[in-house]
Amino acid sequence: MNFFVTVRMALRALGANKLRAALTMLGVIIGVAAVIALMSIGRGIQASIQGQIQSLGSNLLFISPGAQTAGNVRSQAGTSPSLTYEDALAIIDTGRVPQALAVAPETGGFAQIVSGGKNVNVRVTGITPDYEQVRNFHAIDGDFITRDHIETRALVAVIGATTRTNLFGDGEAVGQVIRVNQQGVAANLRVVGVLEPKGSGFGGNQDDVVLVPLTTQFTRLSRNRTSRGGFTVSSVNVQLMDETAETANAAVQSIGDLLRERHRAAQDDFTIRSQQDLLNTATQITGAITLFLGAVAGISLLVGGIGIMNIMLVSVTERTREIGIRKAIGAKRRDIMVQFLIESIVVSVVGGGIGIAIGGGGASMLDGISFGPGPKLMTIVGLDAILLAFGVSAAIGLFFGVYPAIRAARLNPIEALRYE
Amino acid sequence: MMTTVANEHVPVIDPAPVVIRAEGLCKTYRMGDVDVRALRDASLEIRKGEMVAVMGPSGSGKSTLMNIMGCLDQPTSGEYWLDGTATSQLTDDELATIRNKRIGFVFQQFNLLARTTAVEQVELPLLYAGASQRRKRAMEALARVQLTDRWHHRPTELSGGQQQRVAIARALVNDPAIILADEPTGALDTRTSEDVMAIFQELNREGITVIFVTHELDIAEHTRRSVRLSDGRIVRDEPVPVERQRIARRVHEAPVVAT
Ligand SMILES: Nc1ncnc2c1ncn2[C@@H]1O[C@H](COP(=O)(O)OP(=O)(O)O)[C@@H](O)[C@H]1O
Ligand SMILES: [Mg+2]
Repeated sequence: MNFFVTVRMALRALGANKLRAALTMLGVIIGVAAVIALMSIGRGIQASIQGQIQSLGSNLLFISPGAQTAGNVRSQAGTSPSLTYEDALAIIDTGRVPQALAVAPETGGFAQIVSGGKNVNVRVTGITPDYEQVRNFHAIDGDFITRDHIETRALVAVIGATTRTNLFGDGEAVGQVIRVNQQGVAANLRVVGVLEPKGSGFGGNQDDVVLVPLTTQFTRLSRNRTSRGGFTVSSVNVQLMDETAETANAAVQSIGDLLRERHRAAQDDFTIRSQQDLLNTATQITGAITLFLGAVAGISLLVGGIGIMNIMLVSVTERTREIGIRKAIGAKRRDIMVQFLIESIVVSVVGGGIGIAIGGGGASMLDGISFGPGPKLMTIVGLDAILLAFGVSAAIGLFFGVYPAIRAARLNPIEALRYE
Repeated sequence: MMTTVANEHVPVIDPAPVVIRAEGLCKTYRMGDVDVRALRDASLEIRKGEMVAVMGPSGSGKSTLMNIMGCLDQPTSGEYWLDGTATSQLTDDELATIRNKRIGFVFQQFNLLARTTAVEQVELPLLYAGASQRRKRAMEALARVQLTDRWHHRPTELSGGQQQRVAIARALVNDPAIILADEPTGALDTRTSEDVMAIFQELNREGITVIFVTHELDIAEHTRRSVRLSDGRIVRDEPVPVERQRIARRVHEAPVVAT
């Protein structure tokens, strides 16, 4: 039987009961819209995290304590106190890693900051002067942490733009004293500089930070040392001389050799990752998030499909007589089956189309909206998600339409004609 | 000197082939604990080009017989041959093809599709046959029942007689060899009935075998043979006396508008 004629027939049958068709479609519309919107949000998160990692610069290596296990996932990330300040210094000082231009070890944690009547909770990170160059993070007001500060374990701090606003409003920040209380260890620090605003990142607002000399962090704000007596750091950023993969590979090799020698551990107790490694891990995680969001939305699509089946069964019963007439004038089982299948596919595909429009439109409207000081929401409506949603809704129409269509096709012509 | 003698006692040798042959048809419906025997051992032969009226009181099994002859239903026992083919051996789809191409069925209640224009109703059998030039052939069929000017009307916009004529156009659009009609005039007034009978006679004159059910004697007199059923059995099968045979005249409610 002619396909277009069948589609026209399906449209007419649906048009005969527009409200019912619309309500049936609603299930698919909501399901598809949810799939598209949530997947767009997932994609947005993915893209924004990738952007953040890329903005770190591709000439960076990240060393963190703890061994790496299979699948790029570290066990107990950063908990084993195996990476020290001395390790970081050795990378440059020994000359064993010629590819390394600079290192920026860091460690820290959340601390309570009190200044005047204000009281905020901010991440305090101990750093060295090279942090400015390696992470490309400059002071716009006052100075950055200097070598002098490191050597004298100076009680000074450089604060982020947001922190500055939170603590001092429009007033002068440089020269003010803030009290930092990190897990019971407290010190009064003088603000020597304010950082340029960087915007929000996946690790939170990059502008709501307090940077202190690493040595100050070690001696005045915490008391954690390794069993070997060194100062432990939570990560070391290594800046390489160029962005090529060869350089990165060679540096990973040399740094690994150096640290293994220094640590004399049976197994590697550190992990070196390049920007590419970070990207891969992030893509894996955000991909899983996107999939999860899609799956949650997929459930509502399933419910929509069951709605179609329900209505198609009702429709078959209501139109028993029509089926009888069609069979009496020569419709084969296949003809009847195709007719009802096309009807349910038309419902689901039209519903899917509307759902895509609503979901895509909704996602675009959410793009760039920010919720408070955190990162802005970013959404990406992917063509693949659209095609997927379209395909899935057609498949749902087919799947949930099959049973009612078979019921219709199996009807005995004379019993169908007799049906009141 | 040639004289034509219509004498029912002299067997007329008809060379036309047998198109319908029923042998010992039985149809039993089971209603709870009771068996309803709608047909009991009905046997019948109809030749190509015949026009036969099936008569009998209500509940005598006329529709049951028609449905079996129209391949809409199967007998409980007995065999039914159509064009020499035993229908009990055919699959559902083969029966559907026979209903589509060999047989045109007309119902008392018209059985048109709702919300569908006349020409689309008539196109349907062509659609299931996979035929081409559907619109043209459907319009030709509508012309044969004088409904060209109503081609785009839906059932609710047509009178009973017009609806039945659409149904007849639908039955004949695939050029069937046999037209079966179960009380085609049962829902029509006398004048419209006459009109429908005229169409059947015309189709029969063109060589189509026509079998229809009726309660009314004067409708039956439009045929040359009448079969009477009673209680599921064929109790009488005889020619309609020539002097009683009637020719219907077409009376049209609306003149055909040439466009
Ligand atoms: N589907 C059915 N189920 C049960 N009984 C039926 C069915 N169809 C017909 N009958 C019975 O079979 C008998 C013959 O019916 P039918 O062929 O319709 O008679 P007619 O058309 O001559 O009025 C009637 O007694 C009727 O009640
Ligand atoms: Mg009847």
